[in-house]
Amino acid sequence: MTINRRTFLGTGAATTAALAAPQVIGQARGRVVVIGGGAGGATAARYIAKDSKGAIDVTLVEPTRTYYTCFFSNLYIGGFKEVADIGHTYGRLASDFGINVVHDWAVGVDRSARTVSLAGGATLSYDRLILSPGIDFVDGSVEGWDITAQNAMPHAYKAGSQSELLRAQVRGMPEGGVYAMIAPPNPFRCPPGPYERICMVAHYLKSANPTAKIIIADPKPKFSKMALFQEGWGDHYDGMIDWIGPEFGGDKVSVDPAAMTVTIDGETTKVDACNVIPAMKAGRIAEIAGVTDGNWAPVSAYDMSSRTDPNVHVLGDASQQGDMPKSGFSANSQAKVCANAVRGALTGSKVFPARYSNTCWSLISAENGVKVGASYEATDEKIKNTGGFISKTGENAELRKATYEESEGWYAGITADMFG
Amino acid sequence: MSADPRILILLVAIAIHAGAAQAQSGDAEAGRAVFGECEGCHEIGAGARHGIGPHLNGVFGRPAASHETFAYSPAFLGLRDRGLVWDETSLEQLLEDPEALAPGSPMGFDGLPDIVDRRNLIAFLRGIGDGSRIAGTGGDRDHGVDPAVLAIQGDAEYGAWLSGECVTCHRADGGDAGIPSIVRWPPDRFVIAMHAYRTGRREHPVMQMIARRLGDEEIAALAAYFENSGE
Repeated sequence: MTINRRTFLGTGAATTAALAAPQVIGQARGRVVVIGGGAGGATAARYIAKDSKGAIDVTLVEPTRTYYTCFFSNLYIGGFKEVADIGHTYGRLASDFGINVVHDWAVGVDRSARTVSLAGGATLSYDRLILSPGIDFVDGSVEGWDITAQNAMPHAYKAGSQSELLRAQVRGMPEGGVYAMIAPPNPFRCPPGPYERICMVAHYLKSANPTAKIIIADPKPKFSKMALFQEGWGDHYDGMIDWIGPEFGGDKVSVDPAAMTVTIDGETTKVDACNVIPAMKAGRIAEIAGVTDGNWAPVSAYDMSSRTDPNVHVLGDASQQGDMPKSGFSANSQAKVCANAVRGALTGSKVFPARYSNTCWSLISAENGVKVGASYEATDEKIKNTGGFISKTGENAELRKATYEESEGWYAGITADMFG
Repeated sequence: MSADPRILILLVAIAIHAGAAQAQSGDAEAGRAVFGECEGCHEIGAGARHGIGPHLNGVFGRPAASHETFAYSPAFLGLRDRGLVWDETSLEQLLEDPEALAPGSPMGFDGLPDIVDRRNLIAFLRGIGDGSRIAGTGGDRDHGVDPAVLAIQGDAEYGAWLSGECVTCHRADGGDAGIPSIVRWPPDRFVIAMHAYRTGRREHPVMQMIARRLGDEEIAALAAYFENSGE
């Protein structure tokens, strides 16, 4: 059900009381603070607000006013999308769902007082806190690179200005130039992402700069959809892409952003564009909140609540939940389980058993899409894979085109599910 | 003796003209077979009712998207707002290339490439409109779903919870670019479609994965929820 826009134009007490579920009239409304407005946080905020019909006070803290989705940002780099196509704003979450959208950085969490402090100085109280901060990078994971080098060697693994920079650098490569990617170790956001990006860069270079070369240094012997990507590289970008796995020193890498060189297993190469995707960890606020163990935040598979604090939930990339890949689809799926549990805890609404699913589409070349997916269930130990599927090599062009069109439909669906 | 070439040309011309007239008017009986492409979503004839798409009794001569009892997609509401009426020309356009006439059309139908098929189908649709009733067909007749399963009254509240898994891809507002709309389907059609994915009668890896872990009660719950969703 959609809440009528008029519903929240007046946020006075009368409106609120009229909307509140009967059992909470006369009581304080439950307060939920959500940190991070991506696939996990925006979805959780929207579902809690939508389904509680005003009975829960939802605040969403997100520093950016326009959110650029990481999913489909590779298609932007490849020239299939423009930057406006992947940008979304939060206005409808405020106007149609009554969410208090605060554009600020959360810089502190006091779990005993149940408060969140913001960079702007304000303090927010919560009954339940939902952390969906995405990823940050592990310092020193690629020798020679740190965040001060991200202009020379972009990561483009948080979409927006970094994606624009990388696209511009690919387009500015000299004829016959070299593009290098330093691929990340597991686990990381969007397992097929680096390899789809290679396809998109190659797609652009094939027509604009066909003698250019692409080098990938990879610490992993295997990667997501490997057979499908390698088939695509052979079929569409033959001779352009050199993937160097750990067997050939892909795990022994350093970079020099000032000299624009990459050294792989002792051999130094001058490059014209360099995409460094460092090792990842949970977004910093999860660490500040004290709910991480190592790089990630362990959670219960039943409701995405932190193993450290049942009043804190962690969604998406930042969480350590078991078998689900770190994807926008996964975060959206986890957000609904979390929203249902939080609403049940604060209003007494019925809580249904957790169920999860994920599908990841990747674009190999124009109208040539592939996908991988699985469904999952909650167990005491973890979110457990219950079976899935993957596109096959050798599929015909008609099926690949249909898969691509389906990915476009999914993008429209999930962004509507996140932002209203 | 050889034929006068002028007579031959005349005969050929008559033959072509006759063929054109035949195509123009179409063969309603042949069109009935072509309707097999449509019957998954549309019913027609005595007792026909709305399904995934509206029933097509009296469609010829009717303004687009004009059944008050059917919830149309934005693509067809756009045709209505343009004042489009279903006649020989507009039906021909729709049947040749639905996406060109109604961009964003939710019809899971790519068009009929053969003009003879299109003309025959239009003749069939028109015949129904003229009152020559042909019994309704109604979708997947060999679906094999137990009537007891079709009779399950789904729990819409449970369906609302389960629907979270659907609306990541199938838009809750019924938008249908790239992925079909599933809002406002008649519950029996919804159940039949999901069972077809569960048994493998219908192929789609994502849908088979989703359907295979849904029980009969869960499918019925989803059907009950989506029947009244997308308002």
